[in-house]
Amino acid sequence: MNGNSDRRGSSRRNFARYLIAGTLALAVGGLATGRAAAAKDLHVLNWQGYGTDEAWATKLFEERTGCKVVHDYFNSEEEMLTKLRTNPGTYDVVLINSSYTQGAAKEGLIQAIDTSKITNWKDLAPKLRDSPYLNTNGKTYGLSWVWGVTSMAYNTDDIKTKPDSIQALWDPAYAGKVGWRDDPVESVAFGAIATGQDPNNPADLDKVKQKLLALKPQLKTFWSSEDEWNKHLQGGDFEIATYWSGSAARSKKAFHLPVEFVVPKEGAIGWFDGLSIAANAPNLDCATKFLDFMVSPEFYVKWDTTVGAPASANDAANAQLPADAFNRVVMGQPGMQERLFYMAPLTDEQRKQFTELWETVKTDLGK
Amino acid sequence: MAATTLSGSGSAASRRRGAVIGLTAPAYIWLALTVLLPLSAMLYFSFLTVAPIGARVAEWTLGNYLDYFRKGFYLTLTGRSLMLGLWVTGLCLLLGFPAALALAKYVRGRWREALFLLVVLPFWSNALVRTFSWTMVLRTDGMVDDILQAVFPGLPHLDIMFTFTAVVIGLVHSFLPYMILTCYISLQAIDDSLLEAARSLGAAGPTVFRRILLPLSLPGILAGTILIFVPVIGSFMEPRILGGRGGFMLGNVIEDQFTVVFNWPMGAALSFILLAIVLLILAACYPLLRRNLQGLA
Repeated sequence: MNGNSDRRGSSRRNFARYLIAGTLALAVGGLATGRAAAAKDLHVLNWQGYGTDEAWATKLFEERTGCKVVHDYFNSEEEMLTKLRTNPGTYDVVLINSSYTQGAAKEGLIQAIDTSKITNWKDLAPKLRDSPYLNTNGKTYGLSWVWGVTSMAYNTDDIKTKPDSIQALWDPAYAGKVGWRDDPVESVAFGAIATGQDPNNPADLDKVKQKLLALKPQLKTFWSSEDEWNKHLQGGDFEIATYWSGSAARSKKAFHLPVEFVVPKEGAIGWFDGLSIAANAPNLDCATKFLDFMVSPEFYVKWDTTVGAPASANDAANAQLPADAFNRVVMGQPGMQERLFYMAPLTDEQRKQFTELWETVKTDLGK
Repeated sequence: MAATTLSGSGSAASRRRGAVIGLTAPAYIWLALTVLLPLSAMLYFSFLTVAPIGARVAEWTLGNYLDYFRKGFYLTLTGRSLMLGLWVTGLCLLLGFPAALALAKYVRGRWREALFLLVVLPFWSNALVRTFSWTMVLRTDGMVDDILQAVFPGLPHLDIMFTFTAVVIGLVHSFLPYMILTCYISLQAIDDSLLEAARSLGAAGPTVFRRILLPLSLPGILAGTILIFVPVIGSFMEPRILGGRGGFMLGNVIEDQFTVVFNWPMGAALSFILLAIVLLILAACYPLLRRNLQGLA
């Protein structure tokens, strides 16, 4: 009797010991992560290699403000939103494409910016700065940073005459040599422009689908990052491919690739990116200062001239570029703005519809 | 401390129980925390309209599972992924079994160790690095193409990068060691005297293989097959990098749901459908397996 209860007691004590050990282990783990998050670092969430993580810039910013910049990266807008949703209170500054800013603000993922602390505010182009995509109820949730065009670029060694139509992507002359970004919204927008529809609200989605299906003999492979795009062009996988204006400028300038960017006569997708401050940002003061630094001509001119950047939303910054800069010659060309369809925010339902359409197309492309 | 409490109870059984708990508890707690919890969360998600993260309001639905059957392309992709699984598993068996047989029965001593090292070598490098290195080898003007062109000038250029074939090659490379190791273990356990007895009774090579080696190594073959087939039909990284436009599989749709469109419920539902397919295949094979395995006992 006594022995029995003793035995139970001892195994219970043992079990309790394991429980305590386990709890301790968890608690120590928790303390460690808690401490890491509490450090006075400025956490920036952005695409890799997209300006904010330029080593000279973060060094300069740290010298001036004492805020150490730490980066985390995403590979798609949805990944960025997922990171904000699942790690509240982790990030300070986040780059958000203007078509996602409203949604992020509505979901409470980002906070309003105190624009009185942005010394460059007056120089920002009003068309972008005051856009309803970035401003809700008189509050600014995204600070307009850079803008650009999603269109196409080609290898000037392979293609001698500059294509002027989006139909070049469907030209049998480039069969098996076309690159395409694996992205539902962008793909539908290209399909819409190529079939003469409004990419923000295509009336005939079936026409778009048929047009995308016709890419089958054309496509070599998909690309998802700038780095991948450069490798594919260099390896001869792409002769012509969808691309971003800022990246095209970088491929040419920083990587010396034979690349030319085209804005076709049918039009192209215009976009602009804003910098936002995450809700519950642990380091609000540094975050506001970082935003102001990022939209300054000082940062932008060096970024564009040494690395290559999209066009700045700061008029004063664009004006300081050298006369032969891509962002003055190509992006500043007459009639450019008229040919752009600016990407509008999409509803969840539209996004789902576009995704399903693109997945159906991809399934068929693989046959 | 432990010694005094245990000697107080004085029971060997209790001590053994304590040891069993002590040895297994960490692993089981770990498994429960890392496998069961996330998996049950995903099962819960798969019946919701949106992932209940942030300020989103989720409702119960069967829609994610119904969508799989309503949208034709999911079935097409399932077929393609199963096809990929069959190709990769089949080739692994075809290449791996003879290698395992040679290692188990014909190679001895240090040579065996050296050859084993070569078998497990792929495990030492990161899967992503391995896959990218295949892009260097397989592409037009890549290593294989250059060698072929040098030896046979005028041969048409190699064009298997960004095709289904490239995906199969990459995956066979990644998974072959599993087949060799599992087959090796069961082949090695076969007593050599059985083979000698068969031969002395007049059985020719093929008969020995069919009547003795194959049935006795079946557990290893099956283990290898399952270890390879299951991850391959859910693979997404190799198809995306090596397959180009021919590499869109069910695994990629699941990946897209999590990383591109933030539709975790759909991604979770597709994962459980994939799991159900695997279980169904195993269940369908079960009578066959049981008969064969019983024959051994």
